[in-house]
Amino acid sequence: MEIPSRVDYTEAAAEMLRKLTAINGPLMFHQSGGCCDGSSPMCYLEGEFRVGAQDVLVGEFAIEGIEKPIKVWMSATQFEYWRHTHLTIDLVDGRGGGFSLEAPEGKRFLTRSRLFTDGEWEILESSPVSRGA
Amino acid sequence: MTDFVSPGQPGSKAVFLPRYDHWINGKFVKPSTGQYFENVTPVTGKVFCEVARGNAADIDLALDAAHAAAPAWGKTSATERAIMLNKIADRMEANIEAIAVAETWENGKPIRESLYVDIPLAIDHFRYFAAAIRAQEGSAGELDHDTVAYHFHEPLGVVGQIIPWNFPILMAIWKLAPAIAAGNCVVLKPAEQTPVSIHFLMDLIKDLIPDGVVNIVNGFGVEAGKPLASSPRIAKIAFTGETSTGRLIMQYASENIIPVTLELGGKSPNIFFNDVAAENDAFYDKALEGFTMFAVNQGEVCTCPSRGLIEAKIYDKFLGDVTARTKAIKQGHPLDLSTMMGAQASTDQLEKILSYLDIGKKEGAKVITGGERADLGGELAGGYYVLPTIFEGSNKMRIFQEEIFGPVISVTKFDGFDNAMEIANDTLYGLGAGVWTRDMNTAYRAGRAIQAGRVWTNCYHAYPAGAAFGGYKASGIGRENHKMMLDHYQQTKNLLVSYSPNKLGFF
Repeated sequence: MEIPSRVDYTEAAAEMLRKLTAINGPLMFHQSGGCCDGSSPMCYLEGEFRVGAQDVLVGEFAIEGIEKPIKVWMSATQFEYWRHTHLTIDLVDGRGGGFSLEAPEGKRFLTRSRLFTDGEWEILESSPVSRGA
Repeated sequence: MTDFVSPGQPGSKAVFLPRYDHWINGKFVKPSTGQYFENVTPVTGKVFCEVARGNAADIDLALDAAHAAAPAWGKTSATERAIMLNKIADRMEANIEAIAVAETWENGKPIRESLYVDIPLAIDHFRYFAAAIRAQEGSAGELDHDTVAYHFHEPLGVVGQIIPWNFPILMAIWKLAPAIAAGNCVVLKPAEQTPVSIHFLMDLIKDLIPDGVVNIVNGFGVEAGKPLASSPRIAKIAFTGETSTGRLIMQYASENIIPVTLELGGKSPNIFFNDVAAENDAFYDKALEGFTMFAVNQGEVCTCPSRGLIEAKIYDKFLGDVTARTKAIKQGHPLDLSTMMGAQASTDQLEKILSYLDIGKKEGAKVITGGERADLGGELAGGYYVLPTIFEGSNKMRIFQEEIFGPVISVTKFDGFDNAMEIANDTLYGLGAGVWTRDMNTAYRAGRAIQAGRVWTNCYHAYPAGAAFGGYKASGIGRENHKMMLDHYQQTKNLLVSYSPNKLGFF
């Protein structure tokens, strides 16, 4: 049985990721929480943000035109509160936040969410998630 | 006609420059790349000035200025520094209306908050740290008859500070006042969403501060914030913001082995016990206001009381009464004194709030009131306004677990003290909390049981200098708004002195 994805991207996000990859090189996401720009998916150069045993790999984006899949991470404690929702990384107008790479482009990645269906949930809850170390 | 004239129109108390450069070594310095970005007011969604787009070269220039100023500044007497802080406070007080208008235009908050809360608190913060540094003393410990341990406070040197956009001036002052009081020089990066009001303030006080003591570099986080946070030339970094950046800043700090202070937000519970509604009196009215505090600053407060916990017996009545109070919130032009709730600070913040209203509904939370964007029409039609929103749901929902940073409260019922504490502490964060009861024993036990740095008891959203503010759990490290913040900006020098004329006898 195929394991449903926990995280997807919109075409607008993919277009920005192609652009940012061309400028910067391979990328990663870490889903933030907390104050101010919290809840933003932060886009960094791959390896810039050190993930570890307390981070969950939520998914990977294989995007046409980008050689290396882009990994999407979240802290394990936050994942416990988010695990029942499917995420979609979208792109909207804005100013970016934190040290996320899209800010100078006048855009910002935004996480949209929906509940998993019962069918998806049943498979996902019996599937292991991998961690950063 | 609004009570205060909008900047850009004749007669406005706040006149912005068309373009702001960096403020380095006591003067405006153009960005090394020559590039600028547009600064928008959330009141109308329109551009009102341009701001320097800084990078690592600009940060280095600011660090050069700060390092050049640091040796002399660090040797000034506490008296001298305190006098400067008091003069800054006096100058701000004399210009309070202009500063308040600038802050409202920059951030979107209602003028009654800028004028009566933010700027007065910022002024008082300078005075508090002027007093604290004057009163601070080292110590002399008599370890034995011939041996004395002297402890001196020394400044760290040059420090970096990254400021959030929700209280652009007040949060800058929370960090600046203790840092310069303690004898440090500062390189400060304002948020790119609100880059200018701190320059407006600096322009008013620039003659009071020696060159190089305070330097401001604008720009995007990745281009200017990151080189500052990762520089080996800062002795400390202070940051207010979210958790991913907080971790990244700690990571950079670990490479340089420097201390950090972090304020990373919360998901603060506001708890109303049954006895709150025992009488329909002034205290009950105060409690209803306390609940409605979620709308302060449009909910863009790290300690926004965004989880309303109401005890079962009074749940229906209390929720009904606070819903009426919430519906009475007057939204309007932020420069009108009668406006209670202004604009969200940026378009991205607006989008994020709307995405949470969406997931809240999808998770099955019930919208009691609000739940959508507000269209205030006229010149405000392009601004970023949201209706104050009450959701009813359960604590496992994401709207109960994540800081929405908007005028949104998620309400749930609890049954007894233990259940209240269980729900209150079922969160990753621990910054603020509110407890409302007429029974001070309950209040005390709740206050001690809640894992949060600040528990407001029969009040909320008060931030007087002298009350320590900071987080438990994932909410951060350090305590601001109190003289203990001086410790975060000082080294301890110990001189261990022997007054004995005799050798030990070992060699």
